[in-house]
Amino acid sequence: MICLSFYEVFLRYKNMDFERFFAGVTGADVRQAMAGARLKPLDFLTLLAPAAEEHLEEIARRAHSLTVQYFGRTILLYTPLYLANYCVNQCVYCGFRSGNDLARKKLTVAEVEAEARAIAATGLKHILILTGESRSESPVSYIRECVQVLKKYFTAISIEIYPLEEAEYAGLVDAGVDGMTIYQEVYDEDVYAAMHPAGPKRNYRFRLEAPDRACRAGMRSMNTGALLGLHDWRPEAFFAGLHADYLQNKYPDVEVSISPPRLRPHLGGYPPRVEVTDMNLVQFMVAFRLFMPRGGITVSTRERAGLRDRLVRLGATRMSAGSCTAVGGRTAGESTGQFEISDERDVAAMASMLYEQGYQPLYKDWQYIG
Amino acid sequence: MHDPLLIGGREIKNRLFLGTGKFSSNRLIPKVVEASGAQVVTVALRRVDLDFEEENVATYVPGDCVLMPNTSGARNAREAVRIARLARAAGCGNWVKVEVISDNRYLLPDNYETLKATEILAAEGFVVLPYMSPDLMVAKAMVEAGAAAVMPLGSPIGSNRGLRTKELVRILIEEIPLPVIVDAGIGRPSEAAEAMEMGAAAVLVNTAIATAADPVAMGRAFGMAVAAGRTAHLSGLGEVRLCAEASSPLTGFLRSDE
Repeated sequence: MICLSFYEVFLRYKNMDFERFFAGVTGADVRQAMAGARLKPLDFLTLLAPAAEEHLEEIARRAHSLTVQYFGRTILLYTPLYLANYCVNQCVYCGFRSGNDLARKKLTVAEVEAEARAIAATGLKHILILTGESRSESPVSYIRECVQVLKKYFTAISIEIYPLEEAEYAGLVDAGVDGMTIYQEVYDEDVYAAMHPAGPKRNYRFRLEAPDRACRAGMRSMNTGALLGLHDWRPEAFFAGLHADYLQNKYPDVEVSISPPRLRPHLGGYPPRVEVTDMNLVQFMVAFRLFMPRGGITVSTRERAGLRDRLVRLGATRMSAGSCTAVGGRTAGESTGQFEISDERDVAAMASMLYEQGYQPLYKDWQYIG
Repeated sequence: MHDPLLIGGREIKNRLFLGTGKFSSNRLIPKVVEASGAQVVTVALRRVDLDFEEENVATYVPGDCVLMPNTSGARNAREAVRIARLARAAGCGNWVKVEVISDNRYLLPDNYETLKATEILAAEGFVVLPYMSPDLMVAKAMVEAGAAAVMPLGSPIGSNRGLRTKELVRILIEEIPLPVIVDAGIGRPSEAAEAMEMGAAAVLVNTAIATAADPVAMGRAFGMAVAAGRTAHLSGLGEVRLCAEASSPLTGFLRSDE
């Protein structure tokens, strides 16, 4: 059955006693969950259980083999470009939140072009553009203008911006945007309310259903996820996986992927509410790979270089390189970023790391077709 | 034995077609081409990057091969047509493997949209090789639409599950007056040989070669298997019998002079 909204799927599991479920998971359950060709939601949840940590190597090997089978030994490279950091939201964990004392900036179209030129010189053809939520400072019309310029330099343009109405997404698709990243941040509704005390982002369902509106508007690829560290990661990872699975079922022609971003330090220093270890992160990635063998997994420079090198063989399909989370950071000098990045390597250094591991870095994996 | 495959006015001597999407380095492509003898190499236009020669996959396809761009990423006929035109404009020649996939879970081809794209592109002078599910009626329509060959899948892309669609592919081979090229799902050289023994005109392989521990050696193995299967097909395979043939015929006495 195809649900009208992911919220219906969420409600099915919302009141589940996860602790009790996890306590009942045995090694035999984990092996059985792994064995199926098409994992069901509860098989995925089983692989996220503490008991599955004992079988992590086995799950990881299967995840690696599935990734090579469906994606080959390739990793797509992209980089983020922050267009503006004006924001009306109060997300307690974010460096760009309204009220934080930082220099607010919005790139002019000429500055966007300068940044684009600098990025294009590295060979990248995939770019992710980001803004804070400010309909007055970074309206959709401004984003469209930026896209018109970026089209000259890049063959694939994704957005990570505030949630829009379907017609607005359609306008951006028409302008040349083909992909979107939007994290629900936290699927637990109570924690979501506490983390977003003011601003339009308080509207949980408008954000939850943004991927649907974008897919209906013709977006080619959709990347979702939960910000790990805001709440117990196991149910959050479960809901993130279910959300991706729901989108893939409902919009089969969209390339669906997830990110497992972990909360990073930033201005205002909000520490993670819950610790998410490297092992937890890997367990999420490999369990998701078994759940959605053809789903993409994006790993950003939130993670440190040494760990990212190892995640190449643990299900990752896309990685950012040469990242900068400050507005105008590449050409206009230093400024405060949204969060601290942990892997400072430029595109060439990431490419050589991939070659050393026996992976082909992909600089271009889409062609804008108008 | 002179046994060329004729497609789009080209004589193809080697019946292994090579895909390029999953190699750990584009630099392996010329080595695999050399070891396998492949003459037709398909490249996704989405990966062709004329601005970056060193990382452009098309740079690594030897000049004497037929470069066959494919429309990977197309979700409908309109997008496939657009990609094919861009490929031709980018200097990738006029061959095109039409690939329209509107289902990212199983990556199965959308025959309806593929047929529409084939019709449009053939009319524009492309040499069109549609990747399709092995459906006889659609394959017949592909012939009408002007396809240069048909490319039924053996099993889903990347699955390495072999010739699961064997009976349907066999019917296409019997009924379709175009080369039938088995594309996708072939996991082992023996499966490639099996398709060729059945009378497939060629097979297209990527995953099984690109993800092997030694892709160059695996390319060679596939090249040999395809050649062996073709030779076996031309040599007339013996009939398969369920029982041993009686050495003393039951009705022999009727013709005997005894």
